[in-house]
Amino acid sequence: MQTMAERVRNVDSPAGLAERLDATGYLADTGLATAVFLALRMDRPLFLEGEAGVGKTSLAHALASLLDVPLIRLQCYEGIDASQALYDWDFPRQLLHLRAAEASGRYDAERLEAELYDRRFLIARPLLRAIEIGHAVLLVDEVDRADDEFEAFLLEVLSEFTISVPELGTIRADTPPVVVVTSNRTREVHDALKRRCIYHWLDHPAYEREVAIIRRRLPEATERLAAGIAEAVHRLRGQDLIKPPGVAESLDWARALLELGAHEFDPELAAASLGAVLKYQEDAQRVRSVILP
Amino acid sequence: MIGAVVAFARTLRFAGLDVTTDRIQSMVVALDHLGVTGTDQVYWAGRLTLCAGPDDIRRYDQAFAAYFLGDRPAVSPVPATVTVVGLAGWPVRDDNPSDDAVHPGVALNASDREVLRHRDVARLTQAERDEVRRLLALLEPVGPLRRSRRFAPARRGPIDAQRTVRQLLRGGGEPARLHRHAHRRRPRRLVLLLDVSGSMAAYADALLRFAHVAVRRRSGTEVFTIGTRLTRVTRELRRRDADLALQAVAKAVPDWSGGTRLGELLRAFLDRWGQRGTARGAVVVFASDGWERGDPQVLAEQMARLRRLAHRVVWVNPHRGKAGFAPLTAGMAAALPHVDEFVSGHSLAAYEELAAVLSGRGRQDHHGGRGRV
Repeated sequence: MQTMAERVRNVDSPAGLAERLDATGYLADTGLATAVFLALRMDRPLFLEGEAGVGKTSLAHALASLLDVPLIRLQCYEGIDASQALYDWDFPRQLLHLRAAEASGRYDAERLEAELYDRRFLIARPLLRAIEIGHAVLLVDEVDRADDEFEAFLLEVLSEFTISVPELGTIRADTPPVVVVTSNRTREVHDALKRRCIYHWLDHPAYEREVAIIRRRLPEATERLAAGIAEAVHRLRGQDLIKPPGVAESLDWARALLELGAHEFDPELAAASLGAVLKYQEDAQRVRSVILP
Repeated sequence: MIGAVVAFARTLRFAGLDVTTDRIQSMVVALDHLGVTGTDQVYWAGRLTLCAGPDDIRRYDQAFAAYFLGDRPAVSPVPATVTVVGLAGWPVRDDNPSDDAVHPGVALNASDREVLRHRDVARLTQAERDEVRRLLALLEPVGPLRRSRRFAPARRGPIDAQRTVRQLLRGGGEPARLHRHAHRRRPRRLVLLLDVSGSMAAYADALLRFAHVAVRRRSGTEVFTIGTRLTRVTRELRRRDADLALQAVAKAVPDWSGGTRLGELLRAFLDRWGQRGTARGAVVVFASDGWERGDPQVLAEQMARLRRLAHRVVWVNPHRGKAGFAPLTAGMAAALPHVDEFVSGHSLAAYEELAAVLSGRGRQDHHGGRGRV
């Protein structure tokens, strides 16, 4: 059995990494492959920023399957705190344990307390789980949605990979997990966090790559359909829309057109399924009036 | 190799990147892992370790081309903290005026030519200092509030099961009193968009002093200037000393007293910052006389968009307080239907009124319920 560390060591160059990612169904360009390579080699978190739907989250999935380790995902949101990200005590079970001890007439206060704050009553949330398992990819998704307090806390955990539980002691990672942090840039993430990371800005893919991605993800799509969608989506991105479509949207669109039985890019069906690509009414209106005659 | 990296880092700093020693170290380590076999490796090793955002990457690309590939034009010093959003249709910033001719396809009327100029700021007079002090006292640190997702202990509200049970366990399982919690309330963000074009020149200083007060007084406040460019000046205004802050802003804003393209710049603001979060649920103050060189229709559309995102939209027009004022400028007429509050900004008294509006006193309530103009 190969360990994760060995698998990381086996990756000898960005090109080799791109090949392996390719094998999992993720097509990475030179920049992204280099970023992942350096993050793995330098033991740094990978900070991925870019528009929604350019493949930040799916990279973490691909990386997990490449390294053959579980993916642990921490979805951030405003107000997330340590008890949701790190650990929490399982209070109901602790109470049950207490009652059971009482019912059996056992009442050694000190021993009982030690029992109450045992590891088995600790609920591991994503960060603690990642640190305990070690051999895992930890995905901290949409960190820009959390508030600054949480960011500072995250920075601390990511730089030490130790967690101290006052009642239990310190938990340390033997092998630190591979960390991928993503941001949609709804606000500026603090520089201190970025400085610890390998930073990569993910752009929309070039036309040829997008065709390849569609064909890879949806083998039943014909070359002509994939090319037509990629071209249309490229045009849409140049249209000054409120929310330009990402790769995720082109894939949705391709799926929608396949469901409608299209073998090539058909303007009528495309117009009918525009809702798969454009998520704002203003955008749809604009596109209908400007692009589609 | 380290020597070359450090020299390159100096070029980057000149271009406005925040290159720290630990970042340089990271680049050296990255190069070591990649092996220096071509410019590609050097490019990525640097980009992945030295940049922290798309604006950085743009500057990095320029500096890289200039330093390693010997491309002209060499990098022009860009203030590190400022983001200038260049607009389609406007020549890229360019210190060589004769170059204007080489931008074919860019239709420029003489009156529409972008004038880039910085300005000199005089030190504040005693009267102005007093005014800043007075405004500081007037603008309350907390304005309209919004409900945060975080909980805090409270007297009434849902039961805080965690705390209650924790207490209960501490007491050996004896039922203790019920603890409750409620959502915390956080102040809404304040966003100021200040028109610094020629027609607003007489009022720009006072507006910036007000912005400085707002940034100091309310955490999270964002300030942008609008002329022919959109410039974020929040960081400059964070300096405590009003003199230093205003000098920093003067240095950062490249389009002082030029023309105005309110609609397009508002769109640039909403695309780059507003929609992503800066304007969401915020109190947005737009200070301008509404002189619009562009299409007023664009301004109307973008104002409607802003209104849907923001909690309140306050328009400050310095001319409003004058006798016989009517909102006749095309921009003003286009924007007015999408404005919650319309206040004047021509005197200190007017700023007091603005401060009152922003403090949530008098003319508005705290939650929802937009007051009409």
